[in-house]
Amino acid sequence: MKKSLDLAALWRGLTRPDPAGTDRVVPPTGFTAQLTVFSAAAMAFLAVFALALALATGRMAERWSSELAQTVTVRITAPPEQIDQQTATVLAALKTTPGIAQARLLPDDEVEGLLEPWFGPDVPVEALPVPRLIEVTRAAEGFDAEALRLRLEGEAPDAVLDDHTRWRQPLVSAANRLRVLGLFSLLLIAAASGAMITLAAKAALAANGQVIRVLRLIGARDITIATAFVRRFTRRAAMGAAGGTALATAAVWALPEMDQAGSFLTGLGFQGWGWLWPLLIPVAAAAIGFVATRAAALKMLREVR
Amino acid sequence: MIEMQNLSFGYSGNDPLLADMSLTLQPGSFHFLTGPSGAGKTTFLRLCYADLLPSGGRMAAFGQDVRGLSRDGIAGLRRRVGVVHQDTQFLDHLPVAENIALPLLVSGEQVDMPALGELLAWVQLSGHARAMPPELSGGERQRAALARAVIMSPDLILADEPTGNLDWDMSMRLLQLLIELNHSGKAVLIATHDLNLIRAAKQQVQARVLRIAGKRLQLAGADL
Ligand SMILES: Nc1ncnc2c1ncn2[C@@H]1O[C@H](COP(=O)(O)OP(=O)(O)OP(=O)(O)O)[C@@H](O)[C@H]1O
Ligand SMILES: [Mg+2]
Repeated sequence: MKKSLDLAALWRGLTRPDPAGTDRVVPPTGFTAQLTVFSAAAMAFLAVFALALALATGRMAERWSSELAQTVTVRITAPPEQIDQQTATVLAALKTTPGIAQARLLPDDEVEGLLEPWFGPDVPVEALPVPRLIEVTRAAEGFDAEALRLRLEGEAPDAVLDDHTRWRQPLVSAANRLRVLGLFSLLLIAAASGAMITLAAKAALAANGQVIRVLRLIGARDITIATAFVRRFTRRAAMGAAGGTALATAAVWALPEMDQAGSFLTGLGFQGWGWLWPLLIPVAAAAIGFVATRAAALKMLREVR
Repeated sequence: MIEMQNLSFGYSGNDPLLADMSLTLQPGSFHFLTGPSGAGKTTFLRLCYADLLPSGGRMAAFGQDVRGLSRDGIAGLRRRVGVVHQDTQFLDHLPVAENIALPLLVSGEQVDMPALGELLAWVQLSGHARAMPPELSGGERQRAALARAVIMSPDLILADEPTGNLDWDMSMRLLQLLIELNHSGKAVLIATHDLNLIRAAKQQVQARVLRIAGKRLQLAGADL
């Protein structure tokens, strides 16, 4: 039994064209066939979105956490007569704080550059009470942000440690969690597809019990009978999934451009080579159809001598 | 071709239907199998094509112990034994000609169209090649079944009540086909309770008559 249905033989039977029309030994099953194609298409449609979600949230988590790792700023908004002294104090404090690789006071032109989007190109920085900005690059081991904050409070009361970690960290973990959910959804979709194809194959096998019995009686081997069913369901699953994938990929492609808003919602899509990922979905559907139908056929044939 | 030694079989464990049967079917032989309804004729034939496995004793088909056969081995055995079943089953979604060619199709062999045409003519079904099986009459079904049974040129042909629901003329025609097959060297075993059929056959071939009585297989004498 095991040997007669070994995967290699089944694969050969599947990939070989069927000039003799061996598949016709199984009567056409119109409605089941359409349902299988439709369900495979629907599952593939969902799978594309789950995949897009997983990829987008993955990108987001990566970007945010790499930004997190980079810099922290200290902003000093002291009155003009104190600002130079407080800036010097802060720089000195940062130098002696463990876990800080570099502290750099942003020169005026860079600050101007940062303000440009809000005030236009010709900001008279000197005339405005513009805060001083110190860009802090953390060392690999990181530093104790809370301790630094307390120390700055004591030494330079108008300095504010602007630590992105506080609001970005939850976003990064949310993005990571969403990615896990996306991947988990993909697994669920695969499992549900397997269940659905198993049900359809079982229904087809049960409806054709008499056909299978006749075929066995005239000397058909298990592999011949199983191939007729497996070929059919693998093809349907692949075809349906290809249609669903194409539709869903087109829908993702038609989503608004991500630069326009740059938010999470518009970032939901594929990038570059990522557009090739959906191609795997029909392949996976075919594999699921193959395995599920084969298992169902194996079980069914065991009951027929 | 088929050898049985002290073979026994029962559908339920404790009470055997057939017991202590010994028989050797030689190539080219012609046998009838008789016995009252329910005696186990169909059961005996099913044992011969490994649809049932013996509960006791030994049985070999073409030199191989049937109990040691794999599922593919059983399929191989069935390609060498042509069977006309008592309740003839076809694939109702395929036309008669394709049903007859089905054993070739499932064993991956080329269908020789002229030969198929000849076979159809031989069983007088040329006009029904494209008909669907449910459209056939009882006699036509039996002849189609016989054609399907012989298309693989098996060495042994088993026929279970092949004339069961046929009138005398049609029965004779079918018997004639079986006798022709025997003349071409094939072993034939016909299960029937039609004594007239046996008498008619005995005038043309050297037929031996086996009888299932009291669970055992006996060689019936010249009393027919
Ligand atoms: N699948 C089965 N399970 C249990 N008992 C069975 C089964 N098939 C047949 N029998 C019983 O075995 C006995 C022999 O049946 P079988 O069909 O071999 O008889 P037969 O000699 O062919 O009869 P007939 O001349 O009416 O065709 C009968 O009593 C029948 O009820
Ligand atoms: Mg019977």
